[in-house]
Amino acid sequence: MTSELDIFVGNTTLIDEEVYRLWLDGYSVSDAVALRVRAGILEQTGATAAVLQSDTMDHYRTFHMLERLLHAPPKLLHQLVFQIPPSRQALLIERYYAFDEAFVREVLGKKLSKGTKKDLDDISAKTGITLKSCRRQFDNFKRVFKVVEEMRGSLADNIQQHFLFSDRLARDYAAIVFFANNRFETAKKKLQYLSFGDFAFCAELMIQNWTLGAVDSQVDDMDMDLDKEFLQDLKELKVLVADKDLLDLHKSLVCTALRGKLGVFSEMEANFKNLSRGLVNVAAKLTHNKDVRDLFVDLVEKFVEPCRSDHWPLGDVRLFLNQYSVTVHSLDGFRHQALWDRYMDTLRGCLLRLYHD
Amino acid sequence: MPGKLKVKIVAGRHLPVMDRASDLTDAFVEVKFGNTTFKTDVYLKSLNPQWNSEWFKFEVDDEDLQDEPLQITVLDHDTYSANDAIGKVYIDIDPLLYSEAATVISGWFPIYDTIHGIRGEINVVVKVDLFNDLNRFRQSSCGVKFFCTTSIPKCYRAVIIHGFVEELVVNEDPEYQWIDRIRTPRASNEARQRLISLMSGELQRKIGLKVLEMRGNAVVGYLQCFDLEGESGLVVRAIGTACTLDKLSSPAAFLPACNSPSKEMKESPLAHPPSHGCRSTHNSPIHTATGSRLTQNFSVSVPTLIYTGMGSGSAGKEGGPFKALLRQQTQSALEQREFPFFTLTAFPPGFLVHVGGVVSARSVKLLDRIHNPDEPETRDAWWAEIRQEIKSHAKALGCHAVVGYSESTSICEEVCILSASGTAAVLNPRFLQDGTVEGCLEQRIEENLPAGCGFCHIPYDELNMPFPAHLTYCYNCRKQKVPDVLFTTIDLPTDATVVGKGCLIQARLCRLKKKAQAEANATAISNLLPFMEYEVHTQLMNKLKLKGMNALFGLRIQITVGENMLMGLASATAVYLAALPMPGGIQIAGKTPSDGSYEQHISHMQKKISDTIAKNKELYEINPPEISEEIIGSPIPEPKQRSRLLRSQSESSDEVTELDLSHGKKDAFVLEIDDTDAMEDVHSLLTDVPPPSGFYSCNTEIMPGINNWTSEIQMFTSVRVIRLSSLNLTNQALNKNFNDLCENLLKSLYFKLRSMIPCCLCHVNFTVSLPEDELIQVTVTAVAITFDKNQALQTTKTHIEKSLQRASTDNEELLQFPLELCSDSLPSHPFPPAKATSVDYSSFADRCSSWIELIKLKAQTIRRGSIKTTVTVEKASPMGEGNFRNRSAPPCANSTVGVVKMTPLSFIPGAKITKYLGIINMFFIRETTSLREEGGVSGFLHAFIAEVFAMVRAHVAALGGNAVVSYIMKQCVFMENPNKNQAQCLINVSGDAVIFVRESELEVISTQQPTANCQQSCAGGEVTT
Repeated sequence: MTSELDIFVGNTTLIDEEVYRLWLDGYSVSDAVALRVRAGILEQTGATAAVLQSDTMDHYRTFHMLERLLHAPPKLLHQLVFQIPPSRQALLIERYYAFDEAFVREVLGKKLSKGTKKDLDDISAKTGITLKSCRRQFDNFKRVFKVVEEMRGSLADNIQQHFLFSDRLARDYAAIVFFANNRFETAKKKLQYLSFGDFAFCAELMIQNWTLGAVDSQVDDMDMDLDKEFLQDLKELKVLVADKDLLDLHKSLVCTALRGKLGVFSEMEANFKNLSRGLVNVAAKLTHNKDVRDLFVDLVEKFVEPCRSDHWPLGDVRLFLNQYSVTVHSLDGFRHQALWDRYMDTLRGCLLRLYHD
Repeated sequence: MPGKLKVKIVAGRHLPVMDRASDLTDAFVEVKFGNTTFKTDVYLKSLNPQWNSEWFKFEVDDEDLQDEPLQITVLDHDTYSANDAIGKVYIDIDPLLYSEAATVISGWFPIYDTIHGIRGEINVVVKVDLFNDLNRFRQSSCGVKFFCTTSIPKCYRAVIIHGFVEELVVNEDPEYQWIDRIRTPRASNEARQRLISLMSGELQRKIGLKVLEMRGNAVVGYLQCFDLEGESGLVVRAIGTACTLDKLSSPAAFLPACNSPSKEMKESPLAHPPSHGCRSTHNSPIHTATGSRLTQNFSVSVPTLIYTGMGSGSAGKEGGPFKALLRQQTQSALEQREFPFFTLTAFPPGFLVHVGGVVSARSVKLLDRIHNPDEPETRDAWWAEIRQEIKSHAKALGCHAVVGYSESTSICEEVCILSASGTAAVLNPRFLQDGTVEGCLEQRIEENLPAGCGFCHIPYDELNMPFPAHLTYCYNCRKQKVPDVLFTTIDLPTDATVVGKGCLIQARLCRLKKKAQAEANATAISNLLPFMEYEVHTQLMNKLKLKGMNALFGLRIQITVGENMLMGLASATAVYLAALPMPGGIQIAGKTPSDGSYEQHISHMQKKISDTIAKNKELYEINPPEISEEIIGSPIPEPKQRSRLLRSQSESSDEVTELDLSHGKKDAFVLEIDDTDAMEDVHSLLTDVPPPSGFYSCNTEIMPGINNWTSEIQMFTSVRVIRLSSLNLTNQALNKNFNDLCENLLKSLYFKLRSMIPCCLCHVNFTVSLPEDELIQVTVTAVAITFDKNQALQTTKTHIEKSLQRASTDNEELLQFPLELCSDSLPSHPFPPAKATSVDYSSFADRCSSWIELIKLKAQTIRRGSIKTTVTVEKASPMGEGNFRNRSAPPCANSTVGVVKMTPLSFIPGAKITKYLGIINMFFIRETTSLREEGGVSGFLHAFIAEVFAMVRAHVAALGGNAVVSYIMKQCVFMENPNKNQAQCLINVSGDAVIFVRESELEVISTQQPTANCQQSCAGGEVTT
């Protein structure tokens, strides 16, 4: 006696969250059954293995049918075939597009191309996430990217509108899309200590202040691409370190203001010129795409690591950066105050976020 | 020219990509009604076209309106080659024809293609303008309302219940016509869908005409079925109960009633016949016109229909309403008139007087191609024969009517088993057309009403019983005699006093048979049938005893025929009726007492059985009030008193003489273990696992003993097919496989629905089919309803109090709605309102003995207790070809997808049905030539069933409804050919589209509204399904 056909169709589509998670995680039906057994469901419910197998198959089939709709979430809302309460629809979408921290760190900033897709095997082996799940996550990134890349308006809003994500998830995806578009390097060893959250935080600041959308809300791609003109202008900041008088003045102003307030004052004083050169040079280099990609590497090398080696507490870093950017306003003869603020406000936020162990 | 049909095509969405190059579609729409076709403009390059068409107007007469479906085809325009069809929508416009139902059909309909399934949606608006005055309109059969619900629909009251209506039409199956060899599968499927749509439209119209002749205005308990006879044709048949219904004034705003309840009860029922006479007369022009029109269109003659008044000799009888079904006086008159059958399973209070027992008849026929379409001998003659049989069985039980009546077929190749069954009953003629007998009835009613046990009292003469039975005085009123066990096909009457809770009981059975041809095959089958029926009843009886209960409701026995086997599946809801005696236990007796270890084994089994009974009593809370010993008798009789149960049909007749039949009236059954077969059976008795805690199940509308439903419902369909290993197939192995299949299916359901606990699976409906040699297919449709645990745990005592309360609320209702015949007008009513029927089953051994005698006599008719079966073999005769028309359900939906509930029950817990929008009756075919790519057979069927649900919901939503009640999947025929990567499935579903309002909302609307209504129903909660 073998079961040829075995289905269950409810007027309201039954969604088992646990099985959905297993499916999303890319487990095969038999693995999923084994995991469910291990979780003790047979004891809890008195069911048999056959029942569990049948139930799991059924849910997998349903998810498989829903997957096509999940690729365009508004379709899930308007379709007539599966009657699903709105709260469940939201859950299906949110979970389908959720991603693993370990996975996203591997892919963040990479081009979402076939080439990268080929590397998923390695990523799967490295992270322990099933290949199937890697593919789903990768395809999700790519799908969202494709849909919103040519659009006007806020990146996060566009994503939310076309994929019906929660605020949080939409902002995360905005960061992923932004990183993929600008190809920021995130995989270097010295960046490994950073979490996706750190990058997402920086992405949000950069989108708000450094993109075209920050100055003009009516352009295509406004949130995706950095404002080229702005990057070009950043070269003007070089004067802060190139002009020795200006650099000395800047240093003395900062030191005066911070004396007695900083635990690492002497280290700061000793390193001021290096740090300042580092930060200004990062800005000046952003005209080249290659250097844009290395932005985070540079920030870590030029600022985070030196401070960390001197054991600056975070509070001191904050005080320093605040003072460092504010005092520029007192530098007579420096004419790019607005440009400086646009650069430094964002950078300061990013650095503070990046500064941890 | 009574009407103008207006159709507007608004927009499409989610269309499939038809042009690979552009990834877009150039869609346009053809709108066809009858022979007229309109087209919209082509909307270029879009998957979401906005046609916003003009109003397409069709001027048609009312027959067309009634018969034809509106056919909407979405196509992709192609300049150079033929336009590609994207898919179709059939819309049944019937609901627009009653003044009380929907006024417009408007909404999003799935665009359906038989090969690709649903391909996007289309927004359509449909209206009907009627030119003629309403009066004339109503005289056509258009005005007749149809309900699938097998009780008087809520928000109506029955003025008169006229009785049985039936009709059938036949035609050639397009799948078997020569042209099918050259056309595409899509064309073939569409031809079939359309034909069935036309046939069911015609059928419905003809039934409507009969109803008008009977002076009724509605058909309740309408059940339409298809018989796919293959080569020999396609039969569409329907049965129903004609009624005159009155709409209760708008249920949403109840007016406080001014009449006294008693006045209502007595006066209103009687008053109406005259007042309804006006909409009576049969409109003969229409009738004949129809015949000729159909002939033209389809070039086939109208089949002869026994009771239509055309053609057959019984014409004169058809107008005959069921007059009072009084005992003797009218008996002979009734006999000659109509079939006093009612498809209802729940009844207005006072309608059901006594219940005699289950009556059933089966007949094996050979299907034969029609050689001469004009030959009078047709399918309806077969049915007439069976109905006659049923009628005489009922008469033998002292009953003049059959309630809970249904008919079914099982076809395999050229063999067809026709089955009919129902519950013999004595009815109160007050509700039938004749008011004159009222006097005698009143009395009877008085006598029944107070006790709630009247329906259990035997209708037959004690001294002249139709079968041996064990009678006792009613445990409730102590005045009348009751049988020891009752079997019925109806729902538990509302006023019945039940102890504890009920449960689902199934008897399952397989019998191998040799493959054979034609007559030999039919003979083999008919020889097997009596044994099957006997075994099924044995199992039912044993399982009933094992549960410690004494009555079955909703009994449905299905016999399915396959190439090399017969399957029997009986489902029923067991309960403990307080009026009946406490059931005895089950005794096991070994046949060869010599062996000590054997004895030990036997006693071990005995203990297990006794433990099970005790456990079940606890589980189902069966604690009947103690009654003095002398009345009850000891539960387990002395060994000598035991009656023995003859269990296997292979027992020789010698053994018959050994049977101690004279002790047949004792209350314990003895299972005699004399061979491994018997052992198996005893084991299988014990293998039925009760549902996990928190779950209950029944196949009736509601679960006896649970009356606080909350509002979460989940309707579902589950299908399983197993392949038997062809090696060493024995009856035993088969039985085990089948048993496991059903048990595992139930276990899966409990597991799947565990999040709803505490809940009850209601209206559990199993259907078995044998699509191929080694395949068994089981289809289950049911609804899970949650209930409030605290309430459910109430003791028997409080339960009784509740029912008293309920009774008083009923009175209140009566105040509000004069003469509320539909006792369960409240959707939430825990119990269906019918006055019940019950059947008695004679005691087991007695049945046994009578059975044996009959076998000896080689009688063709078998009586077993109140169940009678007849098996006849006949060569089939030609079927006429018919014409038909069909209808698919009505359409429309809103742009935001609203929730549409579906339920096989006639009510929605925690809600009140405010309007019936019309019947939904849809037939779909789905075929694939890429089975693997669609996920194999499971993926294919899963998707198809989901699509069918979606189409039903869309049509209901388009009618403005938010639920389908009395939903039923009447057919699910699945065929596969994995080698060719192909599969095909046919599904037929029906139900009543309704609008319901949550009770909580109702309260808000009119605060002064009777609290009684809300109280009785289950507490309304949020609805999730």
